Amino acid sequence: MSLLEVDNLHVAYGKSQALFGVSVEVSRGELISLVGRNGVGKSTTMRGIMGLNVPNRGVVRWKGEDISGRDPHLNCRDGIGYIPEDRRIFSDLSVWENLDVARNYNATSTADSNIAKRWNEESVFTLFPELADLRNRKGGVLSGGQQQMLTIARSLMGNPELLLLDEPSEGLAPLVVSRMREGIEQLKEAGLSIVLAEQNLGFVLALSDRVYVLEKGQVKYSGSAEDLKNNIDIQKQYLTV
Amino acid sequence: MRPRGGVQWTLFGLFLVALVPVVGERYYVDLTTQILIYALFALSLNILVGYCGNLSFGHAAFFAIGGYACVILTTTYEVTLIISLGLSVLISAVAAAAIGYVCVRLAAMHFAMLTLAFSMLVWSIAIKWTPVTGGDDGFVGATLPDLISNPVSFFYFALLIFSTGLILLRVICTSTFGRAMIAIRENETRATFMGMDVRKIRLQAFTIAGAFAGLAGALLGLYNRGMYPESAFWTESGQVLIMVLLGGMHSFIGPVLGAAALYILETMINQYTEYWQIVLGVILLGVVLIAPDGLAGLLSGFRKRKDDSVTGVDSE
Repeated sequence: MSLLEVDNLHVAYGKSQALFGVSVEVSRGELISLVGRNGVGKSTTMRGIMGLNVPNRGVVRWKGEDISGRDPHLNCRDGIGYIPEDRRIFSDLSVWENLDVARNYNATSTADSNIAKRWNEESVFTLFPELADLRNRKGGVLSGGQQQMLTIARSLMGNPELLLLDEPSEGLAPLVVSRMREGIEQLKEAGLSIVLAEQNLGFVLALSDRVYVLEKGQVKYSGSAEDLKNNIDIQKQYLTV
Repeated sequence: MRPRGGVQWTLFGLFLVALVPVVGERYYVDLTTQILIYALFALSLNILVGYCGNLSFGHAAFFAIGGYACVILTTTYEVTLIISLGLSVLISAVAAAAIGYVCVRLAAMHFAMLTLAFSMLVWSIAIKWTPVTGGDDGFVGATLPDLISNPVSFFYFALLIFSTGLILLRVICTSTFGRAMIAIRENETRATFMGMDVRKIRLQAFTIAGAFAGLAGALLGLYNRGMYPESAFWTESGQVLIMVLLGGMHSFIGPVLGAAALYILETMINQYTEYWQIVLGVILLGVVLIAPDGLAGLLSGFRKRKDDSVTGVDSE
């Protein structure tokens, strides 16, 4: 059974339909990527999974259970971590307080035995040592890369089974992007299942098991990262600007 | 929200306040007692406004409920003071939970309008339920135990209750729950996908704010030896909101400074003109335009500049 199964998902923003039947599957421990140009529906798919946008058709199944349109805080407590594109942390809270608030409002920390790794302050600081020295620094004064690390660290404090990572490399300096890639590789090695939305194809191909190519709110191609690497036609048709 | 050395300054401030009856005349004892009562009221409102980011125009409802409950219990039912105080807080908290249950379903201006509507409902009950509340004339002639019946002993009683409220609110605001309120103020959606049940946390905050407003109201009822419908009127909610804004809603101690500043200004300006509201209006304009973080913001800015000039560090 898949950990997450998105079946024929339709999502609209008011009268503007953004997704037209997206289907995606994630198995335990797998890293899949949603790729495509700007505005093709990558973020909307994640928001639909998380419950931030209620689908008008289609089903989201989490461990076999229909969770379509369920409140985001319940999805979070059930083991789905979401790291949005804007990577905003709580700027009035310190790094430590950002982590603390995430840990204490998340029920999965005590429940599921399937969780690959249990996270605490020490282990997230081992993953992102850059944050350890900034423990008491207000979130609002961190750099873009540090904020991105903090949003991931904050999400980990809830011991998720699946991470929805929306454009983690966007707007970061090349050195920070490669640091972020290492971080995501470590998360995968720790057994986390990950859905990655990205425009940076190099980043995606280096990390993913499978890839879904989106265009105009639909999945146009799905296959292994290796297959996409060799499929220049698909890359030209849907991924080049 | 957490100024360095804040605890030491607060303790020092409380110590200075405790000296007022020793060095000051009766007039200053009365003035400080009123400031303590309204400071607690303003602190309770700041849970909603400053921490949770929910603007309430009807917080006086719980102030009045606590006040009426306390004087009715001590006088009509002859319940002892401590039990009356406890029950007043409980009744205010239950009322806040019931009213909040409806209000937290809405956000921003709709939330504010609904709180205003409920407070006017409480006000009209206070006016119309004459056999219990005394109606338009208010509930007069509340009885007080001998121990706190003179102004100085009542002052220390008010200071004790205020300090207890201050400590409890401080503990709440610096707990994970306090941080969750700040997270919600910053961005509700983000808080939601971090696992926070935003509506539940807002209701808890509303209930806590109502309970402490009830405690402040109970003190006012005892201090005035009676309670009047004006305490539930929208102008009372407006006044406490001004205290919060004047003192600084993004500081824990700001509302206390705001309450003190407003009372002292009112007293000083009243000596020269009866139109003190005009002067207040100008001062408020100045605060909103020049110092949006209120007096607490001005003080912390001054302290930061002083620290930076000592250490030679540029401001961030």
